[in-house]
Amino acid sequence: MPDKPDRNAIEVVNVSKIFGSGEGQVAALDTVSVSIRENEFFTLLGPSGCGKTTLLRLIAGFDFPTAGEILLYGQDIAPLPPFKRPVNTVFQSYALFPHMTVADNIGFGLEMLGKPKAEIKARVAEMLKLVKMEALAGRRTSQISGGQQQRVALARALAPQPKVLLLDEPLSALDYKLRKEMQIELKRLQHETGITFIFVTHDQEEALTMSDRIAVMSSGKILQVGSPWDIYDKPAERFVADFIGESNFLTAAITGMGNGKARATFKSGATIEATVAEGFQPKDNATVVVRPEHARLTKGKGDLSGTVENIVYFGTDTHIHVHLDSGEAFTVRQQNTRSAGCGFERGDKVGISIGNDAAQVLKD
Amino acid sequence: MASNFSIKHQPGFTAIAATCFVVLYLPIIVLVAYAFNAANSTSEWGGFSLRWFQSAWQNTQVIDATLRSFQIGAIAAVLATIFATMAALATTRTAPYPGLTFKYAAINQPLMVPEIVTGVALLIFFSRIKIFTGYSGLGYLIAAHTAFCIPFAYLPIRGRLENMDLTLERAAADLYATPWKTFRRVTLPLLWPGILAGLMLAFVISLDDVVITEFVKSGGQDTLPTYMLGQIRRGITPEINAISTAFLLLSVAIVTLFFFVSRKRD
Repeated sequence: MPDKPDRNAIEVVNVSKIFGSGEGQVAALDTVSVSIRENEFFTLLGPSGCGKTTLLRLIAGFDFPTAGEILLYGQDIAPLPPFKRPVNTVFQSYALFPHMTVADNIGFGLEMLGKPKAEIKARVAEMLKLVKMEALAGRRTSQISGGQQQRVALARALAPQPKVLLLDEPLSALDYKLRKEMQIELKRLQHETGITFIFVTHDQEEALTMSDRIAVMSSGKILQVGSPWDIYDKPAERFVADFIGESNFLTAAITGMGNGKARATFKSGATIEATVAEGFQPKDNATVVVRPEHARLTKGKGDLSGTVENIVYFGTDTHIHVHLDSGEAFTVRQQNTRSAGCGFERGDKVGISIGNDAAQVLKD
Repeated sequence: MASNFSIKHQPGFTAIAATCFVVLYLPIIVLVAYAFNAANSTSEWGGFSLRWFQSAWQNTQVIDATLRSFQIGAIAAVLATIFATMAALATTRTAPYPGLTFKYAAINQPLMVPEIVTGVALLIFFSRIKIFTGYSGLGYLIAAHTAFCIPFAYLPIRGRLENMDLTLERAAADLYATPWKTFRRVTLPLLWPGILAGLMLAFVISLDDVVITEFVKSGGQDTLPTYMLGQIRRGITPEINAISTAFLLLSVAIVTLFFFVSRKRD
């Protein structure tokens, strides 16, 4: 991966967006701050209603914040109307102009900017080539497929060379295979154009595979910002760990801290080493998260012990659900081999060993 | 069978439907047929002839009234469509607010108030203005026609606007189009079939009007319908049938056009 320069393309500073008034007041965004670096593929991830689309709309200019600033390369753009912002959007519904051809759609932004005809023509041709739509330049947008409409929407938004490209769940209308293709296509386009992408999605897999950095949102707040690796392996809060991938949550006492690591002691008396979420306040009962693939099931004694409750075969791996002696539930994911079964049966007494660097202490 | 209720299978349905069609269309068919009567009567057939069309064509009063009808209809339809477009934009491009229903009612007032009431009211109102200004031209008729044509132009335009994807306008704004350019390049072209439909509907409604025109017109300002009404008072010749037939053809042509325009590009 090439080094990302440290310049910020977008800085969101203490932005709030409140809908309604009085009793029915709802904060769609609650004092949100985040910086998005130049040339970055940045994803806003969260369930519906978490405020991710509201934040995107504020950056695009379709709505204005109740409080706070939105800086584009240091300049506050929050009060500007959308047509004065060098930022373009790919809409969830694509919003292609039905009365224009593919080429006219792509050229629209440049035409509105008053570019000379020759320049528009050249740029449209370049964009058509970039999204591999040269053959369909003269078609009406109603005469092309969903995937092609998606490409045209991308080309149209990229043609004016925006400083930032906003993508509002652009892949949600596509079927699974096309979605996979477009994920790779989007990464390629971002790489080739060098434009900062801000991508909104509720699909954690999409976020993990495409992003340079992810912001996980819930209830109008940003819970955690980090690389996909950070978000997956070092979740800060229970919501983040729960929303992304599968997790085991265990209650443990923190019996020692040092060197950025904590000693977590379970009710069973076993003690393991765990990384600690930023902002953790020492307390008696902390929550420790362990991903199912980072634990190992043993016949003998492990860090935890319990009884096998259920075994689910998934092809590439097997999920083994264990009822711990402490009463908690724990799932281990075990890679399958071709010849043998998983080696355990329902009702087996088993131990679970948690490796070094497999556990994270959550902040809440 | 109650869940499969079908009007077609009710006893008497066919008879009622047939009666309705006969009552509706038979008089029109008779009227059109007697337009081609060679005799002077609208009830006794005297052979086929185009003489009444010829006579109507050469009647300067008919030509005058027809041209006046077209003039008033064209100007009133254009004005009504402009106002209706603005009204439709103002009433759909907004969040609902108290008083919006009242505005709908105000715009659609001509559909609800009896025409005769509007006619009398306008007669009194315009006669005052005539006394003060001394102006007695076609302006009064045009103003009156514009007013009652607005709801007819408004309805198809509003229907079109309500079906339009608002994201398109947002996309245009996102691509650096100012509000005016967004309107010119995106809203207006997409609204165009609705506007044309409204325009044609307004024109037909204006052409057809008798009641309000009868009250508002000054001497020598007969439109085709009021001229025909005047003629009938003095006894009917097949010339009236011939004029009616031509009028009918024109209306059918415009309504057909309206139908195709409003279906296009959907």
